[in-house]
Amino acid sequence: MRIHEYQAKNLLSPFGVLTPNGRVASTPEEARDAAERIGRPVLVKAQIQAGGRGKAGGVLRAASPAEAEAAASRLLGRPLVTGQTGPEGRLVRSVLVEEALDIARELYIGLTIDRSQAALAFLVAPRGGVEVEALTAEQPGLVLEQTIHLSDGVLPAQAERAASALGLTGPAFTSAAELFTDLVRAFSALNASLLEINPLVLTSDGRLVAADVKVEIDDNALPFHAALRELRDPDEESPAEREAAAAGLSFVKLDGDVGCIVNGAGLAMATMDLVALAGGRPANFLDVGGGVSEEAVAKAFSLLVSDPGVRSTLVNIFGGIVRCDLVVRGIVRAARENGCRVPVVMRLEGTNVDEARMLLAGSGLPFVVVPDMETAAREAVRLARGAGGPR
Amino acid sequence: MSILVDASSRVVVQGITGGEGTFHTQRMIEYGTTVAAGVTPRKGGTLHLGVPVFDTVAEAVRNEGVDASVIFVPAVHAPSAIREAAEAGIRLIVCITEGIEVLSMVGIKDFLRRKPALLVGPNTPGVISPGKAKLGIMPGPIHRAGRVGVVSRSGTLTYEAVHQLTRLGFGQSTAVGIGGDPVVGLSFVDILSLFERDPETEAVVLIGEIGGTAEEEAAALLGRGYAKPVVAYVAGLTAPPGRRMGHAGAIMSGRHGTASHKIELLETAGTRIVRSPAAIGKAVAAALAGKS
Repeated sequence: MRIHEYQAKNLLSPFGVLTPNGRVASTPEEARDAAERIGRPVLVKAQIQAGGRGKAGGVLRAASPAEAEAAASRLLGRPLVTGQTGPEGRLVRSVLVEEALDIARELYIGLTIDRSQAALAFLVAPRGGVEVEALTAEQPGLVLEQTIHLSDGVLPAQAERAASALGLTGPAFTSAAELFTDLVRAFSALNASLLEINPLVLTSDGRLVAADVKVEIDDNALPFHAALRELRDPDEESPAEREAAAAGLSFVKLDGDVGCIVNGAGLAMATMDLVALAGGRPANFLDVGGGVSEEAVAKAFSLLVSDPGVRSTLVNIFGGIVRCDLVVRGIVRAARENGCRVPVVMRLEGTNVDEARMLLAGSGLPFVVVPDMETAAREAVRLARGAGGPR
Repeated sequence: MSILVDASSRVVVQGITGGEGTFHTQRMIEYGTTVAAGVTPRKGGTLHLGVPVFDTVAEAVRNEGVDASVIFVPAVHAPSAIREAAEAGIRLIVCITEGIEVLSMVGIKDFLRRKPALLVGPNTPGVISPGKAKLGIMPGPIHRAGRVGVVSRSGTLTYEAVHQLTRLGFGQSTAVGIGGDPVVGLSFVDILSLFERDPETEAVVLIGEIGGTAEEEAAALLGRGYAKPVVAYVAGLTAPPGRRMGHAGAIMSGRHGTASHKIELLETAGTRIVRSPAAIGKAVAAALAGKS
């Protein structure tokens, strides 16, 4: 789960991480008030959960409270389009107003999970403010990666190596070494899956301040930690994704026109790939999951066919624990209750497939049933094109 | 002797009296698996599905000589269930549970470094050696005994591959789901090494997906020379970056973990890549025909 920059900064402060003096504002007046309290030039930063805000004009400098108010009114209530938001952008609902730092140098620190070592990967680079992937590609020697075993924590030698790699000396060297230990503690305590400070600013008075912070929380930790769950911002998800999540469905909206209903995450991804192989574009990822109910399947189907971007729907079920007849019952129910304005192609295999086929045959609904998933994908793509007339 | 499990495996089910545990234990027994014991704290001394239930894994080991465990306990208790099984001397631990915290798994992997136990999963359909034993939730009837090894990060895609193989007359030596989570026990590299040494396996199907570097590491191993033909499919070419595709582990970050990069490396390493998941069975047939 991603969280906002201001939330991430609030979470890190108790661990001893220095962050700029700042306040969240959801109106221009609040932004003005925040700038007044800070009492020096500020940055007004759009709070959306996507990177590339700086380049997209989502971070504005303001020399006075009046300028902060003006900056906030330019950002608030409008979508901000960055390289990561897609063309529709994300609506800015709040801004972070914080002191503009006197920057001597910009650095990078990142912590993530090293899956194959079952440890933390700890990355530092003496250049911040650019994407670490770009930096790695450009100057691979600049980025130092070290493995931190949770049982050991940060070893003194590792802290020193990282501080040297950042090019720090004197008191900043010492505070960097402390910062690394604090960050590893924070990563564990917050059940993070990613923690990035980019840039970490060395100020002209020699302090290390986390100017921008990105934290992602392990989704699997949310059921166990109410405080982390409360950080979720439902406004960052599309309404369809919210509805799907409430029904226990794993759903991700994409920009194609072939809707997909599948059981199993791997098969759901493979089904999207098959649609692409057949020359079409999947409208979504959808895994109904192992313990799915008839109601949830009905919900999934209604969600897809009510999306005006969807022009055909592909149902790909390999029944194991999920029974084919249950899936078909759900779909038939939804189609009867809400109608079905798009053609539906089904590939059914496995548990209770014969019963499912009989249900379909008796339903009177014009669903196309095909014997294998390649044919199903081709047919769904063909029908998606046909539904919109010749192109 | 197939890899990991065999007809002689004596299995304990941790969480046997729960809903999932009951449902799948029944099916494992029907398949012919020797489920010799179950464990549910405070239910020791009872019988469930005709299987003796113990309070602890240690008692199950002492009384029934179990050597493999299948875990169905909820995510909050699963880490301690894995530790308990390893402490009790269980050789193979299959953890079906989905939703375990990633950092808990990091801790468990640290702990398991000092134990002889092998862990499969979590978030896995399990392990099956058709005709011998089934330790997991996969549908038994689609399998058939034979000489193709299958290893995968996804449950339903494993069933898909197995089904295609069985239809074409190719049985499976063992099918292993390594699990869909970011941090899991045995890796592709571990299972590929076991299949390479297994005299009952003639060819291997590897099914990967976006996220992490398990496929990249498998490619490095295969590139150094591998004694058996490998057919590989990687799901998620059309998945968008930064979004999680169902499995906790199926997410690309930056340029890491993309399907196209994994496919490129596996292809360079000499595997037969299939672009369509419907073509896995046929590719194995071609690989085995080309070999003889």
